[in-house]
Amino acid sequence: MYAVRNWLIGGGFMLALIMSPADSRAKTTPDTLELDALVNIYNKVHFNHAKHIMLVKDCADCHHHTTGTLVQNPNCVRCHKNSGATASVACRSCHLAQPFSAAALREKSKTAYHNDIPGLKGAYHQACTGCHLKMGGPTGCQDCHSRNKAGDAFYSAGVYAPPQANGEKKHGSH
Amino acid sequence: MNRRDFLKGCMACGAAATLGVSQKAWGIGSFEGYPEGMGVLVDLTRCVGCRSCEAACNKEQQLPAPDAPFDDKSVFEEKRRPTEKAYTVVNRYETKKEGGPVYRKIQCNHCNEPACLTSCFVNAYTKTREGAVIYNPKVCVGCRNCMIACPFNVPGYSYSSALNPVVKKCIFCYDTRLKYGKPPACVEICPQQVLTFGHRNDLLKIGRDRIREKSDRYVDHIYGEKEVGGTSWLYLAGVDFDKVGFDTTMANDPIISNVKDFLGIVPMVLTIWPALFTGFHLLATKNKNHTNHEDGHSAQEDHKP
Repeated sequence: MYAVRNWLIGGGFMLALIMSPADSRAKTTPDTLELDALVNIYNKVHFNHAKHIMLVKDCADCHHHTTGTLVQNPNCVRCHKNSGATASVACRSCHLAQPFSAAALREKSKTAYHNDIPGLKGAYHQACTGCHLKMGGPTGCQDCHSRNKAGDAFYSAGVYAPPQANGEKKHGSH
Repeated sequence: MNRRDFLKGCMACGAAATLGVSQKAWGIGSFEGYPEGMGVLVDLTRCVGCRSCEAACNKEQQLPAPDAPFDDKSVFEEKRRPTEKAYTVVNRYETKKEGGPVYRKIQCNHCNEPACLTSCFVNAYTKTREGAVIYNPKVCVGCRNCMIACPFNVPGYSYSSALNPVVKKCIFCYDTRLKYGKPPACVEICPQQVLTFGHRNDLLKIGRDRIREKSDRYVDHIYGEKEVGGTSWLYLAGVDFDKVGFDTTMANDPIISNVKDFLGIVPMVLTIWPALFTGFHLLATKNKNHTNHEDGHSAQEDHKP
């Protein structure tokens, strides 16, 4: 399916390029993923990739053009209309876990394009929450990742909640 | 010394003093911020009001325990401002725009030309090379001038301290993070990447790009680019800024411009006026003390080799 689409768009010379990632993709597409970037305050997220593939159908909804699918965003089409699948389609290969490190900022100022790529955490939350709002998926923080004990301490919640609670809130500026 | 020499001398001194002063006082001009200064671009269209930034700030700055848990959404029922216990707060605004309420994070905007710094008579404030406006609590006398001067109503005051109340505000995590090239704690924790940390100049470009590429999502304005001479923290919004608690009547000139001209005159008055009036006095009394003056004059002559 993808190959045919790209044949129409990109021309026959793309075929060889398209076929190989398509094959490897079939082999390596994970059914579940463990997202553990926030384990300091949240438990791991067990992301059901297979279920999302069934629900969403078009890989580009999450993976942009990296899987070699048709690009529709007019802004992306300008450069990526003939782009094949990229070497890696994993989120973390473009979305940095540390987007604001000194090294990342140095690289950013050199490039004219793609200088506003959100970090890994930002990409996950913007993409997931954005779609969940539209599709009626869960959007509460702990709907996806439950907080661990350190998280409770961090948010002064749960057993670490401030003792008062007898009266009304008194968080004011006075 | 005859009258002509004296007048010439007066003129020369006056001119030198005026030139010296003008270069120093009026030569300051406006300060566009340090070229390598850092900043944060706050994109209100991304904020979901999770208050993680408040929690991160509390832990990083070792602030006292909050009155309510940081996942308690009931705090949005009132509009809050930063205090001694919370250097950043998020407020919720109900707008007519689709997509629910708009959340706005408040903290020190770290002005290029901070009014707090200008107003502080013990010089507690510093605008660092990295862009942070920090202060030295050891010299703060708690006069609260900066609280009045701040156009954003940011500095809090430790009213709880009876003995040594001082001003408290966001310092861009300067001591623990910014100094070492790391983003502030609120930026790092933000799940939605509402907060983008980077060089202020790059952030302005990013902000303009976002507005251009998604013109239906954003109001065509970067708050903080020009306001009060520019701030290190910049805002993008999907609704008019005055609808979500921003003061849009702010002039583009820094607050200090209101007093810069006057302050520029002060050193001139202090340097020229004594010489000028001493001169007048000498001229007015010259004839009266003619003999004394002559004596002095000849004595001076005698000392010459």
